[in-house]
Amino acid sequence: MTAERNVTRVMLRRLFVLAGVLCASLAQAGPKVESWVTGSGAKVMYVHAPDLPMVDVRIVFDAGSARDGDLPGLARFTSAMLSEGAGDWDADALAERLESRGIELGSSSLRDMAWVSVRSLVEPEVLNVALDTAATVLAKPRFDDVAVERVRQQMQIGLRRSLQSPGTVAQRRFFSTLYADHPYAHSPDGDETSLAAISRADLQDYHRRYYVAANAVIAIVGDVNRDAAEQIAARVTGGLAVGNHAPALPAVPAVSGGELREHFPSSQTHIYVGQTGMSRHDPDYYPLYVGNHVLGGGGLVSTLGEEVRNKRGLSYSVYSYFSPMRVDGPFLMVAQTKNDQANAALKVMRDTLRRFVDEGPDEQELADAKQNLIGGFPLRIASNSKIVEYLAMMGFYDYPLDHLDTLPQKIADVTVEQVRDAFRRRIGNGSAIAVIVGGDGKGSS
Amino acid sequence: MAFKHLIRFLPLTAVLVAPVAMAQVSEFSLANGMQVIVKEDHRAPVVVSQVWYKVGSSYEPDGLTGISHALEHMMFKGTESVGPGEFSRTISALGGDENAFTSRDYTAYFEMLASEHLEKALELEADRMRNLLLDPVEFAKEIEVVKEERRLRTEDKPSGKVYEQFSAVAWRASTYRNPVIGWMTDLDNMTNDDLVAWYRRWYAPNNATLVVVGDVDPGQVRSLAERYFAGIATSEIPALKPVAEPAQSGETRVEVRVPARQPYLMLGYKAPIIGTAAEPWEPYALYVLANVLDGGNSARLSRDLVRGDAIAASAGAEYGPYSRLPGMFLLDGTPTDGHTTAELEQALRAQVERLRAELIDEGELKRIVTQAVASKVYEADSLFAQAMEIGMLETIGLDWRLLKTEIDAIKAVTPEQVRSVAERYLTDDNLTVATLAPLPMDGAARVPRSAAAGVRHDS
Repeated sequence: MTAERNVTRVMLRRLFVLAGVLCASLAQAGPKVESWVTGSGAKVMYVHAPDLPMVDVRIVFDAGSARDGDLPGLARFTSAMLSEGAGDWDADALAERLESRGIELGSSSLRDMAWVSVRSLVEPEVLNVALDTAATVLAKPRFDDVAVERVRQQMQIGLRRSLQSPGTVAQRRFFSTLYADHPYAHSPDGDETSLAAISRADLQDYHRRYYVAANAVIAIVGDVNRDAAEQIAARVTGGLAVGNHAPALPAVPAVSGGELREHFPSSQTHIYVGQTGMSRHDPDYYPLYVGNHVLGGGGLVSTLGEEVRNKRGLSYSVYSYFSPMRVDGPFLMVAQTKNDQANAALKVMRDTLRRFVDEGPDEQELADAKQNLIGGFPLRIASNSKIVEYLAMMGFYDYPLDHLDTLPQKIADVTVEQVRDAFRRRIGNGSAIAVIVGGDGKGSS
Repeated sequence: MAFKHLIRFLPLTAVLVAPVAMAQVSEFSLANGMQVIVKEDHRAPVVVSQVWYKVGSSYEPDGLTGISHALEHMMFKGTESVGPGEFSRTISALGGDENAFTSRDYTAYFEMLASEHLEKALELEADRMRNLLLDPVEFAKEIEVVKEERRLRTEDKPSGKVYEQFSAVAWRASTYRNPVIGWMTDLDNMTNDDLVAWYRRWYAPNNATLVVVGDVDPGQVRSLAERYFAGIATSEIPALKPVAEPAQSGETRVEVRVPARQPYLMLGYKAPIIGTAAEPWEPYALYVLANVLDGGNSARLSRDLVRGDAIAASAGAEYGPYSRLPGMFLLDGTPTDGHTTAELEQALRAQVERLRAELIDEGELKRIVTQAVASKVYEADSLFAQAMEIGMLETIGLDWRLLKTEIDAIKAVTPEQVRSVAERYLTDDNLTVATLAPLPMDGAARVPRSAAAGVRHDS
């Protein structure tokens, strides 16, 4: 269902962005993370959480849309096919097998990663079925012709529905302009041409190549001890070929500014301003990340929120973020406003960024941002579902096991000077592009 | 996965939640009438604090639609002692998250933070329960933000428009006909004085419930609640005039023609809820019925319409037994290429007809009970969901203890009862249908609907 039942004061943002922003209390260590490698070469990340009689297992592959090649949407199409029949079970049998036992199984993908998530009670009869089914889904998806055609059309329709939103269109244009011919350029949703062209053999090849143990990370959180977790990891990956890890991604191309305007039958114009940001292991990671929290990462308690929304009432949802990825993900400022004041909003956003780059945060702003990030650490790991996402992220991007323990100190160590220096070098270099979609695209009356 | 969407605060079909072994819950009220409910969860050193007010869009008269939500925005704009935005800055500097949400039956404010900081959250909430400034200059800016929110959620979103139009025609007298965010004209004409009156009318301890879930000691929460809220004087809360939706005696239809790329369809049958149902088991039978149709990929809509006949790219059913006024059993879907919304509507209605004619399988019933039991365990992983269900039930006038008996009530539902509620409520005379008929996105001339439908028929 798509109807809005609740209306919130602040738009809650996409979780995967937040997945990059975990943070830790100085005084408080994170959960005890254990890690090992299965016999077939998959890395496992595990946290024992005995309070609830349930377990979450998340199997992540380096198989996101960055691996689509010349068939945009291939990664997501492959991911969507996993639960459409595997081994001896067609889609009906598979769904019945899981749901009659209260097991939840999902799959999805972004630019870097593709994953399958399983949530099950730990009673043995149920968990055994969950694990056997997940193993089969990962290793032996059927790609039945009828299911391929069904999912193809679902993706085409999903794509068309998403293109009814000016925000989606603006975001697609932003990525395609910024990343040019880089694999991050196209949307994981693909495009009409490609979705029509992808064949069963393409899906099978993609699965054979990327859904392999050497390309997998398994995160496990729940009421299972270490021995049981080792068995779980071995079982869910038992059918996978060893294979190879996906190759390194190319460096992102340089872009030198520009503005793209597009009309859209909408009352609001959506504004995306940004440029190349940073990678997961970027040397400027912490200054950029903490600095952005001051600029536009802290919701309404941020400079952009103050300037665009609180002071001027220009936009409901305004924010900025770095999306740290395998190679440089984007830095973005986003807002949307009624068509005739889009240029005014764009100017405020640009002026705010320029001032931030020139002056940096003041000591108090930085201290407050650090307090929020560090003090909020217990919230970020307050549930099994949150912990399993972090484990998957840490395993996927090769963070050290003590990452959660050392993070608070790294945040605390960031200085105003480091933020100013990093923003000047990385953001204040005149390479920002602006994408403006809505109304007649002119942005003024 | 839901990463691309807004986070929703209410589960859709499964409105039934609570941990298997009900954790320790304490309940008390202050002398001024404020209810306090504390649920202990000591898994992590964090707490969720929510203050719920019995006011929402269903309380609003014509001309003032959206005022509850607009006031919710203004609750962050300062009191006599806390400056504009300072509430958020204070919670943020403590490492906390805060926000608020408005629905038809409630307005709620929440903080999530390390449990050691609960006191600050309560102090701030108590302050704005009575001391809000409502500065006209702040209001003039914030109402523009609310209008932008309406543009984002409704004006430029075809499915949002369909739902708004659907509700507006489905309900004749019930105030559920109005959008939570309000009609644009009402937002245009809303004044700061309107908000002042609305705030004085509804924001009082005897119209509020405090729900605290997390790593806390109930005795300590009690003394904090006493310290900050007990001094707030009781107000006289006006009784709402009763609203009775007249019986519907014929199908209602609305077509929404807006620029879009995909048609879309929504069907709703007026349905009773807990508290208004003729028999106490009826809402649970309707819950089971919704899950027979849409309780996952093995349920009938996925199996028969998405896969079997491949007539729907997606299809769903939704029923919530918990609301203040009688509700709606909803169905929706998007047809596949080559099929029309008319064909999808027929297919959905055929599914309903089958429920009226045949008993559901014992296997389906068993699956639904198993899923409900499992989801109770899964829900216990979220402090927010636990607080949400307690606060929502209390605020719509039910007892949170209903959560303890939900599973037993679902287990007691029989196939005959499911057929009975289908026969009684899912009738043609009780139905409203809304369709989205896409206009070209490029602003070209409008295509007559019959022609457009004909093209799709032939393809």
